[in-house]
Amino acid sequence: MQRCGGEKSPLLPRPPAPPQDLRCLVSLSVPDLNFRVIAPALIVTLTALVVLLAELVTPAHRKRWLGFASVVGLLAAAGATIGLWSVSTAAFGKMVVADPFGLFLTLVILLGAALSILLAMDFVRAHRVDQGEYYVLVLFAVVGMILMATATDLIVIFLALELLSLPLYILAAFKRADARSLEAGLKYFLLGAFSSAFFLYGTALIFGGTGTTNLMKIADTLARNPRDDLLLVGAGLLLVGFAFKVALVPFHWWTPDVYDGAPTSVTAFMSVAVKAAAFGAFFRVFFIALPTLGLDWRIILAVIAVLTMTLGNIAALLQSNVKRMLAYSSIAHAGYIAIALVAMGANGAPSALFYLLAYTLTNLGAFGAVIALSDGERERLNVNDFGGAAGNHPLAAAAFAIFLLSLAGFPPLAGFTGKFFVFSAAVETGWAWLAVIGVLNSLVSVYFYLRPIVHMYMREVTPGWDRVRVAPLVALALVLALIGVIALGLYPTPAIALATGGFIR
Amino acid sequence: MISNILSLLIALPLVGALILLFIPRQSERAIRWFSLFAAFVTFAVSAILFASFRAAPEMQFVERVVWIPQFGISYYVGVDGLSILLVILTTFLMVIAIGGSWVGVTERVKEYHIFFLALEAAMIGVFVSLDLFLFYVFWEFTLIPMAFLIGIWGHGRRVYAAIKFILFTMFGSTLMLVAILVLVFAYRDVTNTLTFALPELLKMPVPLGLQPLLFGAFALAFAIKVPMFPFHTWLPDAHVEAPTAGSVILAGVLLKMGTYGFLRFNLPLFPEAARQFAPIIIVLALIGIIYGAIVSAVQRDIKSLVAFSSVSHLGFVMLGLFAFNAQGINGGILQMVNHGLSTGALFLLVGMLYERRHTRLIADFGGIAKVMPIYAAFLLIVMFSSVGLPGLNGFVGEFLILVGAFRANVWCAAFAATGVVLSAIYLLWMYQRVMNGPLTRDENKSLKDLSPREIALLVALVVFIVWIGVYPRTFLDPIMPSVASLLGILK
Repeated sequence: MQRCGGEKSPLLPRPPAPPQDLRCLVSLSVPDLNFRVIAPALIVTLTALVVLLAELVTPAHRKRWLGFASVVGLLAAAGATIGLWSVSTAAFGKMVVADPFGLFLTLVILLGAALSILLAMDFVRAHRVDQGEYYVLVLFAVVGMILMATATDLIVIFLALELLSLPLYILAAFKRADARSLEAGLKYFLLGAFSSAFFLYGTALIFGGTGTTNLMKIADTLARNPRDDLLLVGAGLLLVGFAFKVALVPFHWWTPDVYDGAPTSVTAFMSVAVKAAAFGAFFRVFFIALPTLGLDWRIILAVIAVLTMTLGNIAALLQSNVKRMLAYSSIAHAGYIAIALVAMGANGAPSALFYLLAYTLTNLGAFGAVIALSDGERERLNVNDFGGAAGNHPLAAAAFAIFLLSLAGFPPLAGFTGKFFVFSAAVETGWAWLAVIGVLNSLVSVYFYLRPIVHMYMREVTPGWDRVRVAPLVALALVLALIGVIALGLYPTPAIALATGGFIR
Repeated sequence: MISNILSLLIALPLVGALILLFIPRQSERAIRWFSLFAAFVTFAVSAILFASFRAAPEMQFVERVVWIPQFGISYYVGVDGLSILLVILTTFLMVIAIGGSWVGVTERVKEYHIFFLALEAAMIGVFVSLDLFLFYVFWEFTLIPMAFLIGIWGHGRRVYAAIKFILFTMFGSTLMLVAILVLVFAYRDVTNTLTFALPELLKMPVPLGLQPLLFGAFALAFAIKVPMFPFHTWLPDAHVEAPTAGSVILAGVLLKMGTYGFLRFNLPLFPEAARQFAPIIIVLALIGIIYGAIVSAVQRDIKSLVAFSSVSHLGFVMLGLFAFNAQGINGGILQMVNHGLSTGALFLLVGMLYERRHTRLIADFGGIAKVMPIYAAFLLIVMFSSVGLPGLNGFVGEFLILVGAFRANVWCAAFAATGVVLSAIYLLWMYQRVMNGPLTRDENKSLKDLSPREIALLVALVVFIVWIGVYPRTFLDPIMPSVASLLGILK
């Protein structure tokens, strides 16, 4: 790529243009259009468009085909992602990159989306919202998520954030006849718009301070002039924007209501994929652009991590609704991942990536088990409703138990390995006290994760189990997630190797 | 085969559990026989292990396979004098436990045996792990099957007891996880290699400033498990509510994981801190000995009596370990085995009575010896073993511990000796009230004496009780070289 006068701050008056600038202008208008770098996002976009058109001609009882088509598209995108692995390059004027960090997250997002669609296909029919738009919205959100995880420019990150958020607002309200679903959508929309504004204002201030929105260039500018109040405020606003999206305390208030009100298959998708995408951008912004910021933002983030873990777990203790419990638990898990962000050492980002993968499989599995054990449109949401599940649906109950134990961090399951890596990254960089608070929190969490297990295995049987039929696709998703959770727990080595690729700075 | 014998020992119960998954749940007889077979084969393999074990200080039957190279974690197992007896004890008691569940457990038989076999694999794993990560994985994994065993097949307040068991044990072990990480990274900062292998970590003396904190974190995890006074409050609940075989394994093996942890990790890794903390631990051990015995004496339920007696007996073990001399530590290790055998047998005997009368209150019995003479004989032998009658196993262990304590501090030995007297009081008094006297209650008059199956189980236990009592060298000789080398580190 040819550099064309972009090095100087735009606030300064430009020198008179020399004659060869004309060629430069031409080359500016044709940036390095390396479409291969955004191939995964492109494939998902195409799939979304195809499904959108096909929806028009698909008869009502064949809507499942659209789901299968979406899964195929996601798998093709995953194939393209794997094909990019050795490339490691930036494109589009360094606005988007294909590096191991972003590609790993892309795979996590694609995996989460594919599994959530498998969970959704029978769910949307049972809840009589069997429309092709469901899959289209999921796919468009995935495009936004992939871009967010691979973007290295604040403007692109913002666009990706909006692209992933808008479909999710609609998906949260997808059960139009259900007031709680509508409330979830509205609440998510209002607070999401609020957080987008924070993010955008932060971007503007950082642009004002450094004259660029490119993460690498921000880092260069900061290295020369580390303490700038405008930048500090800008970084703070970005932090708020990210904290909203990944639900860190005190910006988490929307989470329980939205996760509880949204259709369960949407909650399953949101709770994992949004976190993966938003944490990806979160890491990039703070690792690449702002590591030399004058104020030590890691202390602020450490405090936020402690508050998030503690509040999430304590609030989850008090829930008797399993969906709300899982919502608070997802807040707590965001806190654990934030520990990895604080531990800026060599293992910070890899441990977070591994954690996100483990969490995606486990949490999707847990929500999947809730869907599997529901009785048509009547979902079992109260923890007491799960009484006797083990006797009536031993495999689904065992899967639910294993997912919960993994969330609680019992070895040899993925959740334990993820926590182990995050805490070791913290201890390695001298944040042992943060690891202590982390492990004590996971002790608290054991209690509420055990509650559904206790009801499934040890309490009196609740009626109505004979009406419960576990749909084959849901069973497939559960089995896939289960294999992943156990394999990542027993043999995490390959996944760690993939996660340690790092990012382009 | 002999070179992979430890992996075989871990794998056999797991394979057994996996095969059980495919046996239909209705064929309960097949499930019971198969589980017994799996446990017995594991025991036989461990007997081969014991027979081919040399009395030498170094690790034997070592296997090491790279597992997570990025973190220097390997699948690293081996056995030495500190662990060999506990491996045998585990496999032996597992046969007894499965045999002891034959008629007592009638619900969800399949899951019950799957949990038991999974538990066995994890317990063996705890005793043979030489990698701290591997150890932690096995250590935590023992919690889940045990909690299910208590929570599903237990008595009255079983769910409460199961959750209390998990939360108490995890409280200690979570801090241990951080301590492991701090230790490992402290080692890396000095040597530039990241490893979780215990033999390698032992090569570097842990910085003195770090030792007390790390010692404390490890000690808390193990002290809760032992359980040492004042961390024992989960134990009576777990024991009283657990099914009989669960209590046998809990008392017989799981508690030993705590004392073993002190021996394997706390003493060699943090020798200076161990010396520093020894007075506190010895005082707590003495309190445990006397407190456990006194509380036992006033129990109305036979099972909680035996449960509290564990607090007292494990106090002896801790006293021996922290006497820091050969007699004390050898006696401590032997006493771990003795307690496993005698308390395991006591829980089994209590369970047999409970299966017949569905009560465990001392007041509901009296004169049972008249209707169950064989039972009475076995109970007497096992009680004498627990009390420490010469000629039986308990005497050897307690004697060695008292000698060790005497050499360390005369007053310690004097206090501990009162524990021996008290244990004679509470056990014999219980025996008198349950077995002797007039047979007043009608329900007790028709009690059946032991069945051949029950006699077989008890005979197996009594064989070892007498063997250790008469010829303890079979079991002491293999452990002494390792203890001597441990003392070399401590001195």
